[in-house]
Amino acid sequence: MSWLTNLVRPKIRGLVGEKKDMPDNLWEKCPGCSAMLFKRELEDNLNVCRACGHHLKLDPVKRLGSLFDGGAYRLVEVPKVPQDPLKFRDQKRYADRLKDAQNKSKRQDAIVVGEGSVGGVKTVIAVFDFGFMGGSMGMGVGEAIVTAARRAVASKSALVVLPASGGARMQEGALSLMQMPRTIIAANQVKTAGLPFIVVLTDPTTGGVTASFAMVGDIHIAERGAQIGFAGARVIESTIRETLPPGFQRAEYLRDHGMIDIVVTRHELPETLGRILRFLRKEKAPRRDQGPFLTGPVPHGAKAKG
Amino acid sequence: MQSLDFEKPVTDLEAKIEELRHLSDGGPMNIAGEIGKLQDKVKRQLQALYGKLTPAQKVQVARHADRPHCLDYIQGGLIEDFTPLAGDRAFAEDQAIIGGLGRFRGQPCVVIGQERGNDTESRIRHNFGMAKPEGYRKAQRLMHLADRFGLPIVTLVDTAGAFPGVEAEARGQAEAIARSVEVCLQVGVPLIVTIIGEGGSGGAIALAAGDRVLMLEHAIYSVISPEGCASILWRSASHAAEAAAALRLTAQDLLQLGIIDRIIPEPLGGAQRAPQDMIARVGDAIASALNDVSGLDKKALLAARHEKFLGMGKKGLA
Ligand SMILES: [Zn+2]
Repeated sequence: MSWLTNLVRPKIRGLVGEKKDMPDNLWEKCPGCSAMLFKRELEDNLNVCRACGHHLKLDPVKRLGSLFDGGAYRLVEVPKVPQDPLKFRDQKRYADRLKDAQNKSKRQDAIVVGEGSVGGVKTVIAVFDFGFMGGSMGMGVGEAIVTAARRAVASKSALVVLPASGGARMQEGALSLMQMPRTIIAANQVKTAGLPFIVVLTDPTTGGVTASFAMVGDIHIAERGAQIGFAGARVIESTIRETLPPGFQRAEYLRDHGMIDIVVTRHELPETLGRILRFLRKEKAPRRDQGPFLTGPVPHGAKAKG
Repeated sequence: MQSLDFEKPVTDLEAKIEELRHLSDGGPMNIAGEIGKLQDKVKRQLQALYGKLTPAQKVQVARHADRPHCLDYIQGGLIEDFTPLAGDRAFAEDQAIIGGLGRFRGQPCVVIGQERGNDTESRIRHNFGMAKPEGYRKAQRLMHLADRFGLPIVTLVDTAGAFPGVEAEARGQAEAIARSVEVCLQVGVPLIVTIIGEGGSGGAIALAAGDRVLMLEHAIYSVISPEGCASILWRSASHAAEAAAALRLTAQDLLQLGIIDRIIPEPLGGAQRAPQDMIARVGDAIASALNDVSGLDKKALLAARHEKFLGMGKKGLA
C-alpha cells in the first residue's frame, strides 16, 4: 500500500460514510481537531497532534524511552501480587478481564517501572498504562509504586510517577482503597530519604489515584490539557445539576487553582524534568550547546492554551 | 424509627404489640402475658434476621437514619467535656467533619469524625456527612494539634464519600484527601479508627489510616458505593445488591482480608435499636485498642502503622 493510498483512503471512506471514525489501524482521528493523523507520524511525534497540539495517550514504554537520557533505561521487576483476591464477578469475571488485559498488553498490570537517568540525575520512573483497565490502581499498581520507591531509596535516585488512571480498581474492593495509604507511605519513604518525588499528571488522572500519591509530590507537573480531578464530571453534574465551567478539571485549571506547579507539553517534559531534578539534586547546570536533555522538537502549529 | 424492608416481620409484630398496649389503656385487660410472648417473638425474629444479613441488607443498616452518628457518640457518653474546634485556617469551617478536644475515659484526646445529621436541618448543615476540602484540612489541623501535644486521636468514620462538586474540585478535593491520609500516617500519637456506619471510599480513608481500625458489626467499608459500582460495571444501579456482595464490604469479609482489626458486635437488631448500648461497646473497644498501642514509642508506633498498611493484601479470603 502506497503512502498515497494511505492518505486518500480515509477521505474516500469519509465521503461514502463508511466507518468514519475507525479508518484502519494506520490512521487515527485526533480527538482535539478531528484531523486524520497518519499513525506512524503521530508516534514519531510522541502522540502529539501536529495540527492542533492535542496530546493523545502515549504507550508507557514509549514514554519511558522519551524521558530517560538517550532513551536508555532498565526495566524494574515488580513482585507478583495475588490475582483477583475477592473472586470478583460482575457480568464478567475479574480474573478473565485481568487475563485479557495482561494478554493484550503483555504486561502484568497497568504500570511499568524503569530506572536510568534524567538530565544526568539517577531516576526511577513509574508510568501508568491507561490502556490496561483504565490504568486503575489495585494491588499490582500499588506494589509497583512501593517497589519503585524502595528502588529509588536504595539507589539514591529520584522518583517520578506519571499517573494516567480512572482511579481505584473497584474489582479489588477495599484492597484497592488501601493502595491510597500504601502509595503515600511509599512516596514518603522517598521524601524522607531526601530524594525528589515528582508527579507528572497525564490524561486522565482521577479518583483514588489523584487523591493519594499523585497529590503529595514535591513538585506537580501536568501535561497540557490533561483531565485531572477527584470526582468524575458526570457525578458532579448529577449532584449539582449545573453545567461545569469551561476548562474544568483540566491541567491549566488545576494550575490556576494552585494544585499544579507547571503545565508542560509532552516535548518539553524531558528537559523540564531534567532541569528540576538537577536543581533539587544540586547538580551543575548542563552545557547549553549539548546534552541529551535539551528541549525536543516543538509540535508544528501548537499553541499553548491559557 | 425508620423501618427497613427486610424487617417487615418484626415491624408487623411491633405494630401488634403497640395495638395491644393501646387496647389495654381502656380497661383492666391482662395483656402482659400476650405482650411478653410477642416480644420474645420479636427477639427471635431479630436474631434470625440480623444473624445472617446479606451485604445489601448491611448497606441499608449501615445507612439507617436512626443509627447513632458521630455526634451521638461524642455527646452520648463516649467523650467527656467535648470542646469542638472549627475551621481549616485557610478557607472555611466544614461541619461535615466534626472535631475537637475532649476526654476519653478521663484521658485528653482529639476526636474527629464525619457527621451526617439527624433531620433535614442538621443534614443540610452537615452536608450529609460529605466533606469538602476544608473539612479534610480541618481534620489535618486537628491531627497535627494532637501530635504536638501528644494526645491520642479517635476518629469515627461515617460518610457516603467526599462531596463531589465544582467548588470542592476547585479547592483541591483530591489534595485535601491525599494530605489527610498522609497526616494520619505521620502523626506520632495513637490513632484509633472506628467505622460506625458507612466507610465510603476516599472520604473515609482520609480519616482511617490508623493504628487500629475497628468496625461495627453491620457497618460497611468500600472503595465505591454499591450503586456507583453497579452503574459502572453492570451499567445500571439496579444491580446494587450484586455489587454489594461482590465488593466484600462487610466487616466480616474485611476482617478476613486484614483490612480491619476488630469487629465490634452490635446490640440485637442493630445499633439503631440500642444506641446507648452501642456507644458503650464502642468505648470499650477503643479503650482496648488504645491500650494495645500505648506501650509503643513514637518511632515504633509509626513503623508499625506503616508496616500494617504496606502489608495489606497478603491475607486472602478463606
Ligand atoms: Zn489535532
